[in-house]
Amino acid sequence: MRTICVLYPELLGTYGDGGNGLAVFERARRRGVDVELVTVGLNDEVPDASLYLLGGGEDGPQRLAADLLRTSSFASRVRDGANVLAVCAGLQILGISFCVEGDDEYEGLGLVDVVTSRGERRSVGELATRVDGQLLVGFENHGGRTTLGGGVMALGTVVKGRGNDAKLDGYRTKNIWATYAHGPVLAMNPWFCDEILSAVTDTELEALTSAADLLYQERCRVLS
Amino acid sequence: MGNPATWRDHLAAAAVRNVNRASRVTGRGSGTVVGGRVGMKIAPDLVSSLARGRTVILVSGTNGKTTTTSMVVAGWGGEVTTNETGANMPAGHAAALVESDHEHVALEVDEGWLANTLTSTRPHVVVLLNLSRDQLDRANEVRHLAERWRKALETHNDDALIVVANANDPLVVYAVEVAARTVWCDVPTTWIADALSCPKCTLAISHVGNSWHCTCGFAKPVNVTSVLGDELVIDGVTVPLELSMPGEFNRSNATMALSALHSVGVDLEQAVRRVNAIHSVVGRFSVRRWHGHVLRLLLAKNPSGFAVMLATLPEDGSDVWVAINARVADGHDPSWLYDVPFEMLRGHRVYCFGDRRLDLATRLDYGRVDYIVVDNDDLVPTSKETVSLLANYTAFHDWLTRSEA
Repeated sequence: MRTICVLYPELLGTYGDGGNGLAVFERARRRGVDVELVTVGLNDEVPDASLYLLGGGEDGPQRLAADLLRTSSFASRVRDGANVLAVCAGLQILGISFCVEGDDEYEGLGLVDVVTSRGERRSVGELATRVDGQLLVGFENHGGRTTLGGGVMALGTVVKGRGNDAKLDGYRTKNIWATYAHGPVLAMNPWFCDEILSAVTDTELEALTSAADLLYQERCRVLS
Repeated sequence: MGNPATWRDHLAAAAVRNVNRASRVTGRGSGTVVGGRVGMKIAPDLVSSLARGRTVILVSGTNGKTTTTSMVVAGWGGEVTTNETGANMPAGHAAALVESDHEHVALEVDEGWLANTLTSTRPHVVVLLNLSRDQLDRANEVRHLAERWRKALETHNDDALIVVANANDPLVVYAVEVAARTVWCDVPTTWIADALSCPKCTLAISHVGNSWHCTCGFAKPVNVTSVLGDELVIDGVTVPLELSMPGEFNRSNATMALSALHSVGVDLEQAVRRVNAIHSVVGRFSVRRWHGHVLRLLLAKNPSGFAVMLATLPEDGSDVWVAINARVADGHDPSWLYDVPFEMLRGHRVYCFGDRRLDLATRLDYGRVDYIVVDNDDLVPTSKETVSLLANYTAFHDWLTRSEA
């Protein structure tokens, strides 16, 4: 049994990010892959899991989420190889530092060599990113400008919208996928959800038809 | 019209009327906002001078603004100036105040325009219903709205303003606790997803039964004077609330409307009788006909609105129609569909309509709810029973236009 763990939806779930847990769980279940979906609340310990999901949140909650994660076993579990999908505020928290409430710099978890400063203006709108020849579609709404350290790979290149800096979106390490796209991103992009699920379960997944296929085609048509 | 003070106001008021008339005659608009904009170009303080000397009640919040404002208007009795088309920003307020000059004024106010409208209208009462996630692509973050409300009330901290506020919404309480005079209303508030972390210290708020508190000391106000349980009690008096409109949330809206009216001296018994008689508000909850179907139109614009509206549906497995758009007035980002507890619709079949019907279908599919995507309206099998149709803002107006009374 693999555990998929949604972290602090009370703090990091502003933009329907709960849908990511739902999508990955459902796409596993339909294929008979044995998974459980657990939710970690503010007063809960972070359990052992194969995949952690972090969503977007407002400034205050983002700061609290960073503090809670800092004092938990999360970082050591990720260093030991647990997988993470980090969206928006979640993407920023895993880095060296991020900005909240004006230009106050706040310490991140330091798991990835990226720094997020306050962008000149808020990035709000549709986001499309090219990831290894495939399009990743979603919606972004954030005030950050994220700079990748040397040796950190972006998740993809921006086709529409802004992402990190209007050129690149998110980052990708061996076990972390990070993007500014909510949507929720795993619900709207079935191929991306399956890529993560396949890595998490270490299996080749059979094809799966779902309502998301038509939605994904439509969004690709609109955004490319 | 109101009582504009200067030649400039007179000119502006005339412009509002003329432009609005032209807009209606040429069919280019419903004729409320365009004229207001022109008038405010000529006289930026138009709302201020038109509101002077009148008794104004403002209503704001994420959900229930239009319905609660209608309840204030009906409950007040007699002639009341109001922005009933939902044009809830300054241009709409200017147009409403120009078009009728009654002493009593009830205005619905967009959450983002509260500070501005408090300054311009100097209201006797402001009703603050609730704050939750809605159109995040436009309003960004709901906590910032609470912060802006708080600043606005700090600025207008005088005894002349009565704030009627929802004691069960921590974000509202955070904004309102700085006000000089508050009528706290203890009304059932089921949507707490946006107030799980304390607006003051960001720690977890404990919600226990009908109460809530944070370890930092921030808690539900104790001095509530309007309480809605099985019955409604305002200032110690039991009020016979028997609404014609469905839904627990409408009982909450009515509680706050009646508390506002009570605070400006309106007789409660007469007011509640008039509020009880309301059957629908600008098409909401109305029964309409379309292609042989009988439709009950329900407006639901955001997760909390949907949650309360889904709870009003019969548990009989009947078909439910849902229409979703993501145009400017809806917010361009439909990710909020994943915050709606659509799992409540398991056992029903859902027909998906609207520009974003595929987003809806995907949400329902992942939620294991039976759905059909309607690409062609002619293919919907005719149903003899009344079908509930839930739609967000522009989708609701599309259906109100295409259906018949």
